[in-house]
Amino acid sequence: MANSTDYLLAVEGLTVSFDGFKAVNDLSFYVDSNEIHVIIGPNGAGKTTVLDLICGRTKASGGSIKFRNKELTAMKEHQIVKAGVGRKFQNPSIYDDLTVFENLEISYPRGRSVFGALAFKRDAAVRERVAEIAEMIFLADHLDQRAEYLSHGQKQWLEIGMLLIQDPELLMLDEPVAGMSVNERKKTAELLNKIIQNRSVLVIEHDMKFVEDIAHRVTVLHQGKILSEGSMERVKNDPKVVEVYLGH
Amino acid sequence: MTRTLQGRLFGRIDGDIAGILLLAALLVIVLPLGLDIFRLNMVGKYLTYAFVALGLVLCWGSAGILSLGQGIFFGIGGYCMAMFLKLEASSPEATKIQSTPGIPDFMDWNQLKALPWFWEPFHSLTFATVAVVAVPALLAFIVGLAMFKRRVGGVYFAIITQAFAAILTILIVGQQGYTGGINGITDLRTLKGWDIRTDEAKLVLYFVNAALLIGCILLCLYVRRSKLGRILVALRDKEDRVRFSGYDVANFKIFVFCFAAALSAVGGAMFTLQVGFMSPSFVGIVPSIEMVIYCAVGGRLSLLGAVYGTLLVNWAKTMLSESFPELWLFAMGALFIGVVMVFPNGLAGLYQQFIAPRLGRLLLRTGTRAGAPIIPPHTAAD
Repeated sequence: MANSTDYLLAVEGLTVSFDGFKAVNDLSFYVDSNEIHVIIGPNGAGKTTVLDLICGRTKASGGSIKFRNKELTAMKEHQIVKAGVGRKFQNPSIYDDLTVFENLEISYPRGRSVFGALAFKRDAAVRERVAEIAEMIFLADHLDQRAEYLSHGQKQWLEIGMLLIQDPELLMLDEPVAGMSVNERKKTAELLNKIIQNRSVLVIEHDMKFVEDIAHRVTVLHQGKILSEGSMERVKNDPKVVEVYLGH
Repeated sequence: MTRTLQGRLFGRIDGDIAGILLLAALLVIVLPLGLDIFRLNMVGKYLTYAFVALGLVLCWGSAGILSLGQGIFFGIGGYCMAMFLKLEASSPEATKIQSTPGIPDFMDWNQLKALPWFWEPFHSLTFATVAVVAVPALLAFIVGLAMFKRRVGGVYFAIITQAFAAILTILIVGQQGYTGGINGITDLRTLKGWDIRTDEAKLVLYFVNAALLIGCILLCLYVRRSKLGRILVALRDKEDRVRFSGYDVANFKIFVFCFAAALSAVGGAMFTLQVGFMSPSFVGIVPSIEMVIYCAVGGRLSLLGAVYGTLLVNWAKTMLSESFPELWLFAMGALFIGVVMVFPNGLAGLYQQFIAPRLGRLLLRTGTRAGAPIIPPHTAAD
């Protein structure tokens, strides 16, 4: 077994069972620094559960998740975030009642304790950083708008922006282009290519063309287990993968 | 971009502060001039409930945590004040006909021979004043810690707060010798020798109460304007997103619950001072729900709305009970259904929807500088 210290994220023997059903079964995989790792697989393969386990939303029944050699399974969600893991949800998860500016400001990594938040000042550093991120996610002209009124694609970008402002070392994205128009999809790929500099990204995606464009390494999950792993080229030609996933 | 943002910010400050000034003028000028001392004292009593409603605006309106047990904190605040006043009224000289002089009368009736230990520190006004805020806040902290750290929320939390309200009522009624039982703590006379039963004292207390209320509104405004205020709104919307942005959500909920409890307690203490007694009938489930209705009618998203809602509902209650006592409960039920179904944002919502836009246009037409509408278009979060 590889020495986990070499990897940014090392998942080993990860298992979770819900009422006896093993959604993730003895799963092991590794993510390198600056690697874009894509997880694909049919519905119900356990992809989202894997992200839930890494970010602490679901507690593992067994196995370990090490991020920079720190065991994540024993940590609380907010501690995992502070350690440098950011997570985007499948449905755009933003604060409808707040403006785009306020959405980004809340994600700015300062004043995260109760009294820190009470004393938080909206200073130049915050405003500049928010403006910079807003520019990157194509929302510079929408800062004062309530997030509720953004389009679906814009909401997805906003959530990506909310993660970027935290500058996580590992960014986890759950179907970032689902439900987007062709044009939005293109812009999202462009955005992702821009933000993957200097960080690792773990992506769940169904859009095979999109995966081909961005993936360094692909893991195919099936019924909670790894079916195949490697470069996109290798995975695409694996007869097992063609049978259960790519075939239809 | 930043300029429009700042402009908007100042516009909002103007709007909120103008509203508070208007309320202050109503409370300290219009009402004292227009009402006799009996009615004014009554308004003062209503206003003590407004402290609870303010707390609910933050706890329920902003953060989405519905507590059906705010009467607990109102009551404890009131009892802390009443205990001090009762001890002052129970000097050995005043109680020399009792079998044990120097202890409150109800203790004597219940065959108690000495003051219970937890009553002792209430000889001190300083202690009592601190306890008014600290005891309810501490209780809210313990309840909040137990609930929110375990991620109990929504309806379950509401039901548990209701259970606590019932428990406390039963405890107070059952422990007659220590608490005064169902009658509560009555016959309060003086505060450091100053008779609180005179008309003059009632007038002074009314103004103290009004000033405290305005102070509390400003404090709430500060909290809502801080990033913490926006985090509360955010966690009402998408709790998980806040959690996965690096915040320990439970701590924020505990804070707002304690804050609301402390505000309620200040109201309770002022109630005791102005009305002259405290009893379990302000602690239980029914008064707690009534307090939620005050907040709902005024508008749970609006601090000022909650104050006006409290005044209006209580005024209606008094009017109706004076003429048709049996009708009030039905009216209250109808009011609750009406608020939930027809105008969920209460009076403040109606104001925002119908009056504010017209007022804005009117001000613009009369030549007020653009960008300074007194009431800018608020977002629902305001």
